[in-house]
Amino acid sequence: MPKDTTQDGFVVFDRVQKSYDGEILVVKDLNLSIGKGEFLTMLGPSGSGKTTCLMMLAGFETATHGEILLDGNPINNIPPHKRGIGMVFQNYALFPHMTVAENLAFPLEVRKLDKSVREEKVKRALDMVQMGDFGGRRPAQLSGGQQQRVALARALVFEPELVLMDEPLGALDKQLREHMQFEITNLAHDLGITTVYVTHDQTEALTMSDRVAVFDDGRIQQLAPPDKLYEEPENSFVAQFIGENNTLSGVVETIDGDACTVKLDSGEIIDAKPVNVSAPGDRTLVSIRPERVEFNKERLMEGVHTLKAEVLEFIYMGDIFRTRLRVAGHDDFVVKTRNAPDQARLKPGEQIEIGWLPQDCRALDA
Amino acid sequence: MSDTAGPVLAADGRPLKVSLNRALRREKLRAFLLVSPLLLFVLVTFIAPIADMLFRSVENSIVQETIPRTTDALRAWDPDETELPDEGTFQALYTDMVFAEELKLHTRLGSRLNYEKPGISSLFRKSGRSVGKFDTKDYEKAYTDLDAAWEDPATWDRLSREGFPGPRTASAYVGWRETLIAEGDDPLEEDPWDVLFGALHSDLVAYDASYDDPLLQAAKTASAGLDPISYTQQFEDIDEDWTNPEVWKTIQTYAAKYTPGYFLNSVDRQLTPEGVTTRDDNERIYILLFQRTLIMSMMITFSCILLGYPIAFLLANLPMRSANVLMILVLLPFWTSLLVRTSSWKVLLQQQGVINDVLVWIGIVADDSRLQLINNQTGTIIAMTHILLPFMILPLYSVMKTIPLSYVRAAKSLGATDWTAFWRVYFPNSVPGIGAGSILVFILAIGYYITPELVGGTKGVFISNRIAYHISSSLNWGLAAALGTILLVAVLILYWAYDKIVGIDNVKLGG
Repeated sequence: MPKDTTQDGFVVFDRVQKSYDGEILVVKDLNLSIGKGEFLTMLGPSGSGKTTCLMMLAGFETATHGEILLDGNPINNIPPHKRGIGMVFQNYALFPHMTVAENLAFPLEVRKLDKSVREEKVKRALDMVQMGDFGGRRPAQLSGGQQQRVALARALVFEPELVLMDEPLGALDKQLREHMQFEITNLAHDLGITTVYVTHDQTEALTMSDRVAVFDDGRIQQLAPPDKLYEEPENSFVAQFIGENNTLSGVVETIDGDACTVKLDSGEIIDAKPVNVSAPGDRTLVSIRPERVEFNKERLMEGVHTLKAEVLEFIYMGDIFRTRLRVAGHDDFVVKTRNAPDQARLKPGEQIEIGWLPQDCRALDA
Repeated sequence: MSDTAGPVLAADGRPLKVSLNRALRREKLRAFLLVSPLLLFVLVTFIAPIADMLFRSVENSIVQETIPRTTDALRAWDPDETELPDEGTFQALYTDMVFAEELKLHTRLGSRLNYEKPGISSLFRKSGRSVGKFDTKDYEKAYTDLDAAWEDPATWDRLSREGFPGPRTASAYVGWRETLIAEGDDPLEEDPWDVLFGALHSDLVAYDASYDDPLLQAAKTASAGLDPISYTQQFEDIDEDWTNPEVWKTIQTYAAKYTPGYFLNSVDRQLTPEGVTTRDDNERIYILLFQRTLIMSMMITFSCILLGYPIAFLLANLPMRSANVLMILVLLPFWTSLLVRTSSWKVLLQQQGVINDVLVWIGIVADDSRLQLINNQTGTIIAMTHILLPFMILPLYSVMKTIPLSYVRAAKSLGATDWTAFWRVYFPNSVPGIGAGSILVFILAIGYYITPELVGGTKGVFISNRIAYHISSSLNWGLAAALGTILLVAVLILYWAYDKIVGIDNVKLGG
């Protein structure tokens, strides 16, 4: 659900910089506008600055330079407790000395709400995360998934318009994590709250978000909806960080509009789509998704360049087959094929030819 | 396994429990061997002495062991009926005193009884000097004049096998024998003492019997003609106190092998023949000392919390490098001798000391009204707070270290001000640290000795100073043991109460 976010920037980072030690910039010139009701994920490896951005938004870190706006108002000088932003922490940060209900009532208490109103809201929030029966328990008596729900309910109970989540599913096992991903997205969309979600797990980012901001080295490398991010990575970092990816390095031979040819270091010529190469002679890394590689001669497009490949390994993975090839001197070229009745199962040692649609092979920066 | 009703069996058919125990036995044995040197050390140097001390607090066999005949005789005495014990008791005391004096045991008994009734010590000392000059010499002379055989120890030895004329002689002879053996002498080579003749005479006149033994028969016939001597009179001649019923009542009261006397003494009570009574005002000291020790220990604990909490908080929240530097400063006092630290407080706190000088110089305090900061309770509290502070900071720090930063952040993101976030979220999570620190500091403070001794003056000393006094100066170990036992029990009760209120699981010394 991509939204036009340039119009209504509910949260705006305007040329924000952050340094802890006065020598290294952890966040370099961040510009980001998040729309109302949007689910935006900050994705990146550790140390990429994503959590720092979240903490600046929450008010626990101050921006060294630049301005952060919330609903049009600068919040740089507003202390965290007055920002009214809900937050879910990595290890939930449930208060161990309070029961679940007391944890949820805490934000309402400090807002001096009446006891009856408090109880009503706590009950509603607990029901919302299907934890209605657990109000009297202590956090330590709950499982990880239950704690996660309580943390979520606590961040939502005072009805904030913006909720921040700092790797909230990191401590859960895979199955529970997938389930919670689904629940969190639904909840966020049903309530219409704006969510900023930080994770280093790309699957989480792709499945949950309206838009994903890929962070690396203190910058946003690409800001795009999940499908675009996967299919049209704008640089080789994004291409390699998101999903599995085959890369081959070479030099641009010819460029003609949105098609180009690349001469690989091993001498072969392939077709590609120029993304951030501008002229013949540029060094480039071409990137092809494993599932877009074709080796069935009948399906290969007429006239495209093909490469010789030797099958090194065939891995049966149930729903897919994963075949490792030696291509242009690289031993780690992977092809994924669907487990269909007519699908050929390659054998190690087999010599094949592979090819792809030119638009699936993206010539990126080297 | 639910299909078999019996115990679960291992693969070899033995019950699983047996197999498991067998498998674990080696492990257990190894663990025990690893522990055993320390266990042995602790048992020998710690547990055993403590058990011995606890035992001393009720043990009182010295009276029975030193004057056994007297305590036996006193059992029949009822102070309400006769003012003084009978003549037999005085004779028993004479017999006991002769032997005790010979072995120099009577002064120890005197000191022991002196705790309960002042003056007895000198009474015993004086009597010990005089029991050798009793009129029993007359009997000795009379009997030996009658038959020289009485002078021969072999005669007494023979009689001891064939039968003495009465229990007094038998008892006196056994005492005499044992005394000589204890001194390394041979009872068959020593001349009989006059105390034996005194006992013989009493027995001979006491029973209306005839003896086959001509020696005894002759002695019996002669006995009737001898002037009876009064042991009561002899003792009264030594010191009039022997006719004071209070002295006898005290001996009777403390004749038992075990006594609550030391414990009663520890709480300013006294075991008298009339029952438990409160001591005189000028003799009451221990309850006051216990109260003072408890209250001051609490004050010291409280000031340690007050001073230690902010430091621990700072330490836990500083970056590692600065925290380590600060930690060294906290630990620095540990590496200095306790005596040096305490003495330096003397320099700082005295009336002509550094602190008073500064205060006078600033003008806060007038020169003629310098603050009394030492040799009173203030001095003890200041110095002990300083010395015990690390014991508060360390557990606090290690607990605070484990409180995630995200708790406070979560509280703030939920709308809590800095103070609310601290008070409602951080502080409750740091309570286990306060608990651990408080227990540590309080228990250390309650038994502290050197510092109160040096800076406490008379108003600032603790019960432990009194215990030390009784151990090393007054040598009243029983009382020291009783005081120590009470202190130990008080600590255990507090520990138990703390467990009930806070829960000992909540005490953490670290993550």
